[in-house]
Amino acid sequence: MQSGYILLATIAVPLFAAVALLFVPSRHKDAIRAFSVAVGFALFGLSLYAFFAYQLSQVEQYQFDMRWMWIENVGILGENGITLHLGIDGIGAAMLLLTGIVTFAGTLISAKIDYRNKDYFILLFLLVAGVFGVFASLDLFFWFFFYELAVLPMYLLIAVWGSSSVFSTFARTKEYSAMKLTMVLVGASVLIFIGIFAVFVEAGLGTFDLPTLYEVEFDENFQKIIFPLFMLGCGVLAGLWPFHTWSPDGHVAAPTAVSMLHAGVLMKLGAFGIIRLGMQLLPEGAEFWMPVLIILGTINVLYGAISAMAQTDFKYMVGYSSVSHMGYVLMGLATMNAVGVNGAVLQMFSHGVMTALMFAMVGSLYDQAHTRELAAFGGLVKRMPHFVAFFSIAGLASLGLPGFSGFVAEFNIFLGVFRTYPALGALGILGAAITAVYILRMMARAFFGPENDKWESLQDLSRVEYAGGAVLIAFIILMGVYPSPFVDRIADSVLRIPGIG
Amino acid sequence: MSSELNLDYSLLTPEFCLAGLAALILALDLFVDDFRKSWLPYVAAAGLAAVLALSLGWVNKESDFAGLLSVDNYTTFFRVFFMATAAVVALVSAQFVQDKLRHPGEYYALLVLSTIGAIYMAASRELLTAYISLELLSFCLFVLVSYAKHERRSNEGGLKYMLLGAFASAILLYGISMIYGTSGSTFYADIAAAYAGDTSAFDLALLLGLVMVLAGLGFKVAAVPFHMWTPDAYEGAPLPITAYLSATSKVAGFALLLRLFSGAFMPVLDDWQWIVAALAAMTMVLGNLVALQQHNIKRLLAYSSIGQVGYMLMAIAALSAATSSALLLHMTGYVITNLAAFTCIIAWYNLTGRDEISGFRGMAERTPLLAAALTAALFSLSGMPLFAGFFTKFMLFQAVADEGFLWLTVIAVVMSFVSLYYYLLVIREIYVSKPEEGEERLPVPALISGLTVALTIGVFYVGIFPRHLLDVAEEATKLLFA
Repeated sequence: MQSGYILLATIAVPLFAAVALLFVPSRHKDAIRAFSVAVGFALFGLSLYAFFAYQLSQVEQYQFDMRWMWIENVGILGENGITLHLGIDGIGAAMLLLTGIVTFAGTLISAKIDYRNKDYFILLFLLVAGVFGVFASLDLFFWFFFYELAVLPMYLLIAVWGSSSVFSTFARTKEYSAMKLTMVLVGASVLIFIGIFAVFVEAGLGTFDLPTLYEVEFDENFQKIIFPLFMLGCGVLAGLWPFHTWSPDGHVAAPTAVSMLHAGVLMKLGAFGIIRLGMQLLPEGAEFWMPVLIILGTINVLYGAISAMAQTDFKYMVGYSSVSHMGYVLMGLATMNAVGVNGAVLQMFSHGVMTALMFAMVGSLYDQAHTRELAAFGGLVKRMPHFVAFFSIAGLASLGLPGFSGFVAEFNIFLGVFRTYPALGALGILGAAITAVYILRMMARAFFGPENDKWESLQDLSRVEYAGGAVLIAFIILMGVYPSPFVDRIADSVLRIPGIG
Repeated sequence: MSSELNLDYSLLTPEFCLAGLAALILALDLFVDDFRKSWLPYVAAAGLAAVLALSLGWVNKESDFAGLLSVDNYTTFFRVFFMATAAVVALVSAQFVQDKLRHPGEYYALLVLSTIGAIYMAASRELLTAYISLELLSFCLFVLVSYAKHERRSNEGGLKYMLLGAFASAILLYGISMIYGTSGSTFYADIAAAYAGDTSAFDLALLLGLVMVLAGLGFKVAAVPFHMWTPDAYEGAPLPITAYLSATSKVAGFALLLRLFSGAFMPVLDDWQWIVAALAAMTMVLGNLVALQQHNIKRLLAYSSIGQVGYMLMAIAALSAATSSALLLHMTGYVITNLAAFTCIIAWYNLTGRDEISGFRGMAERTPLLAAALTAALFSLSGMPLFAGFFTKFMLFQAVADEGFLWLTVIAVVMSFVSLYYYLLVIREIYVSKPEEGEERLPVPALISGLTVALTIGVFYVGIFPRHLLDVAEEATKLLFA
């Protein structure tokens, strides 16, 4: 059964969960936890269902299509003015699944939150509703509506439940990081906002319906002017250099589950926006600007990897590695060929589960040790064998070891890049080599090095962390050894993006 | 102008009733003992609600009173709007007035009377009637702003407001005389007819007239560079009056502007469009940038409301049927949001006596409901989704862009991004800063809780199901462009 109500449910369930939580007295902390995990599991189930019920080799580009008229024929709006139009293609299906996985794992890990956990889950579900909404929307208005909705709760989530970092020479308070992240992301969305206005006026159809707007052939100069607005506006959320600095600061300051969701899923909204708004809406603009994007993406990869190597803090290292890995996504998109874009979408999924796992593990360590100083740890494998195993899987996936999801994704991206810009392909591989250096070095020192007696009291993963991590690992391995469910869905949709050859 | 004047006084019934209500309040205050005085706000609110219901009888009817006033959907919209606003303000004032002000009778009576002025500003189709209505509103407000007569700030704000207001009125009147001189009439329709022909013979006088009218009205709505009175009047005025200033006084100004410019000045659009666009741009930029540096919540909201005026002025600059209905929608969303914010601020002030931004620390622990509602209102003002602000701004900006003012929209979007920063600073105090040692949860009166919840639901309603309101706004403005 393919019904658009599945997609609607992925948005409505978290929204109603947030409303329902409002009425639960905040002293029932355990009930709130149980309820939230149940909601997370329900969302996981829904997204899993949507992913596998998505039919291959269909004629329609968007499946699970549904439309709710919201407003039409009033003021500037014509027929089909603003509709809650939902539908997913293969790319959307993969992203939906990713969101479901990370949300489930995130709600599990969030069971550790004790301070005002009702407010926390309300905000978390608002964020989740926004993310599902963006991936499922086929209406420009609602796309942006959900996009902003996903950013809205971030300030409070970080500023109230986050943690500050103090280094010898400087400090990053959680308030500072929260403000930085919110302002940079909302500032970037200003560009998207302007782009949407311009597209609506230029099309002159009085509708925000995306498939209708895809049919419009915009003037070439218009496309060249507006595309960079979408590229930068969405790119900033994808961690585009040089606007990436919100990402490490924000992700480090955020509480564990929020880092997981933000680095794992929200950054993908940016890349998804470049596809949906940029490449699909303005293909000629995309062709014109892609050389710029691929150069910026390459810088992302190298700059992020080198910065990660220089970090002394676990979480900052993971944060910068996200910047580096999102660079691969941008490079893949910028190749504008089927293999490269395919790889980019695979990488979006792969990086999503992998980085969520890394942040979950860092969170687990920090909650016990209250420090994230890399140099302070050693021989953790004796005390926390499962922790080390989980973290190592994430690390190995991130450096692209065959058998894990990262390999499949990066392999496709490199193939695509070598076809168009061989020199940049070489730099991309250099980035992967640097990744190997900092991941292996971290494992060698912190996990396997000489044991540090200070950490005798450390416990291995708790049950919720174990469960959350296991879900994530399952998908890292699934995609590594059996990528065809993903590739089949994505490749077909990628070919339908205009300008992909 | 038709030779036969329609002098059907029944058209003015709601305003007669309001005047009667004001007299009743004064009488109750005069003759009934102190215990009954605490009921005055409820009498005022109930009376306003009753008249509001009465005024719904004119929905979809169209007629005019001697060509001076129109009673049509536009007027009915603003009747409902202003009476509802005044009723909310009366309820919010109850405790504040009881604790901090003397002479409650005159306070509520003036509140009700000012509503009449505001309604006729929206209804008038003739310049002098519009002017007199404006003065009626202004004089009530001059008194209300300086109502806390033993506080120096209130006196200062009131004096400044009155002196500058009188000056602005003089300029407006001079502008009106110029318009009369060039067109030979003070009726909107006749002015439009006169300007529809060749205006080259009196170009300069016309321009001067338009500039002066804009300056005079710009003062009333607090457009930059005529905004100087706003922060002081907002800060000095009793808190509920600050809320009232930010709602009714502004919206009434725009109601007048909209009917005047669409009814009288459309033929000379080229003469004033660029002036209004420039005013809008300056107002948005200055209001929002100066708001960044404020430490007092009243001054912050004063400057942020100036920024909001800038967004609203864009709709006048890009005047069309679509922008007008978007403007009505935006003003409704803005006023509901602002009233929600002020309800929380006033309740917090009543409980703690704090109105500095830093004074909001620990609000989330001490009054969780007010904290959540205030946060929602502030997010709405900054234009975040789910709340009214996102949709109303989106529609307004898009409508303005559609009229070819993309550059104004760009400024507006950037400025509403700036506004998020200063709203977040307040939200930070509310949620992140912990209360001081020994500060316990505070009891919020049931009335205030109910009002807060109702207004917050309104904020969500406009944000999620705006269709109905948009249709109403469309109906109300359609006749302006008939």
